[in-house]
Amino acid sequence: MAAFIVRRLIQSVFVMFFVALVAFSLFRYVGDPINQMVGVETSLKERDALRERLGLNDPMPEQFWRFISSAAVGDFGISYQHKRPVSEMIALRLPATLELSLISAILSLAIGVPMGVYTGLHRDGLLSKVFMTVSLVGISLPTFLIGILMIYLFAVKMTILPSFGRGEVIQLGWWSTGLLTTSGLKALIMPSITLGLFQLTLIMRLVRSEMLEVLRTDYIKFARARGLSNRAVHFGHALKNTMVPVITITGLQLGSIIAFAIITETVFQWPGMGKLFILAIENVDIPIMAAYLLMIALFFVIINLVVDLLYYAVDPRLRIESGTAHGHG
Amino acid sequence: MALLEVHDLVVEFPTRRGVLTAVDEISLHIDEGEVLGVVGESGAGKSMTGNAIIGLLEPPGRIARGEILLDGRRIDNLPYDQMRTIRGKEIGAIFQDPLTSLNPLYTVGEQLVETIQTHTDMTPTQARARALELLIEVGIPAPERRVDQYPHQFSGGMRQRVVIALALCVNPRLIVADEPTTALDVSIQAQIIALLKRLCSEHGTAVMLVTHDMGVIAETADRVAVMYAGRIAEVGPVKQVVKRARHPYTHGLMGSIPVIGHDADRLTQIEGAMPRLTDIPTGCAFNPRCPQATDRCLRDRPEPMPTEDGQVACWLFEKEAAHV
Ligand SMILES: Nc1ncnc2c1ncn2[C@@H]1O[C@H](COP(=O)(O)OP(=O)(O)O)[C@@H](O)[C@H]1O
Ligand code: SF4
Ligand SMILES: [Mg+2]
Repeated sequence: MAAFIVRRLIQSVFVMFFVALVAFSLFRYVGDPINQMVGVETSLKERDALRERLGLNDPMPEQFWRFISSAAVGDFGISYQHKRPVSEMIALRLPATLELSLISAILSLAIGVPMGVYTGLHRDGLLSKVFMTVSLVGISLPTFLIGILMIYLFAVKMTILPSFGRGEVIQLGWWSTGLLTTSGLKALIMPSITLGLFQLTLIMRLVRSEMLEVLRTDYIKFARARGLSNRAVHFGHALKNTMVPVITITGLQLGSIIAFAIITETVFQWPGMGKLFILAIENVDIPIMAAYLLMIALFFVIINLVVDLLYYAVDPRLRIESGTAHGHG
Repeated sequence: MALLEVHDLVVEFPTRRGVLTAVDEISLHIDEGEVLGVVGESGAGKSMTGNAIIGLLEPPGRIARGEILLDGRRIDNLPYDQMRTIRGKEIGAIFQDPLTSLNPLYTVGEQLVETIQTHTDMTPTQARARALELLIEVGIPAPERRVDQYPHQFSGGMRQRVVIALALCVNPRLIVADEPTTALDVSIQAQIIALLKRLCSEHGTAVMLVTHDMGVIAETADRVAVMYAGRIAEVGPVKQVVKRARHPYTHGLMGSIPVIGHDADRLTQIEGAMPRLTDIPTGCAFNPRCPQATDRCLRDRPEPMPTEDGQVACWLFEKEAAHV
């Protein structure tokens, strides 16, 4: 167990190191940072002084080391455009994105898994067919279209939900949360559905097909032959066996939820990191882009680690054994 | 009254090309503590019959007609929740492949305890003690350690021992064992059969032993039912069926009895193959392969006829049957 975690952690460090290298290259090769920082009226001499002061004349490895060691403690430098520390700007916007992504993920799991189980168990039921048809819509319509349709329906026509923003937020230290106010929660409804709908249908279909697969296995038939109740067979034996693929996909999808939040944030003018990133691209604001890249990578690495640990917890066959099958007969 | 009675059982499969009859009017009985061997080529309907008895036909398969009685009480039409108190408790089951019969995500002990607690009022501690007892009974070494291990940590033979422990854990009165050794290494098949035989005779458990190994039947069964194309060709005491088979198909099967564990020439004596369900010939289903077939065999289907100690479905025995 410990060896497994250590191995995973070392791999994660390698991944982060590589992403950091890419992020660092952005600074060097996408435009001249000095040009981005100063106006046209700045003299060459002043520019050289600035270059020296920022350490841009130091050897590459030294600059890279400085970059990662400060990134490791959350210091991503100063935004070219806003002239404020990037970490401060991210701290301001990170909670919005994470809350939206997390609620979307929870929504897609909490609804997708039961719907998948239901459609798997009652394959030919009317409700199952309705779910499957509706889920096709969820998979085939683009996210932004669903968002716009919802805005039209619930914000413009019925005016029961806000069409943009986070609503009222409450400050918990540096974390601003919209989860504690009614208007904050209301504001979350449409964006989180928009963002999570694709994942919801994906998870539902995955759980359904895995359930159908597992229900055909010999050990399910044998569990029935032992006289176990339907409940024990379906939830104790079948559902648990569908969990490994579901964990994999959910992990991957949580990563893409965070990444795809960009589109949803644009549609709903959600003040999150996605919007910050888009503005940063428009203005070639390299420190923000680099920080965003590193953060997304970090999320992926953490999610992967959690997924691996969950595997380990769910499936005994993946645990590394000291000795397996003993003897014969 | 027999422990289990099957009367005119018909199992059907609705398919796109019409309804297929996998089991066609089968009647048989098993007495308390008796071992009934069921033999026949693959596809004869042995598993369908077994599954119908334990109430686990896989849809779209269904019992179309007939009755199954346990102690004279009908069990073929019970709702799932009533039937499940019979499954495991009154009728245990063992399937072909021990490698896939156990849930890979639970320890052997957890699966035993779960089954025991489903059918009894035992506390977890009592159930665990019983689980250990069972593992010892089926001959698993170091049971205190093995009880907390997962199925993948056991060899095939050991897993089938666990499966037997699971099937026997609340002392059912009948075990339906569907080719319990076919998937196992030849060298351990005999051990598993011997274990099953010993445990069932110790506990007075009746067994419906499905196999296509005539050697196993000869060593284990009290009576034998021979199935062909969804019907019963012949039923009789094991000595009679093995030594003085009536039905021409049984003769073919007995051509040579392989030694237990050698599945080299099992059931290869008869020319031709069993017909598929979609093209069973009229008259006697065996007529294309039967050396003694007459015109009547091509026309009329022989119904099972009683003999002094069983039944046979073959026109050659019409006269003999008339005297019983
Ligand atoms: N789902 C199904 N649909 C149609 N026919 C089936 C199905 N399952 C089994 N059968 C047919 O039922 C017959 C009996 O099968 P089975 O009882 O498994 O034979 P055995 O156990 O004697 O080898 C076979 O001819 C098989 O092809
Ligand atoms: S009824 Fe006729 S074809 Fe069928 S087994 Fe008897 S002799 Fe052969
Ligand atoms: Mg079979």
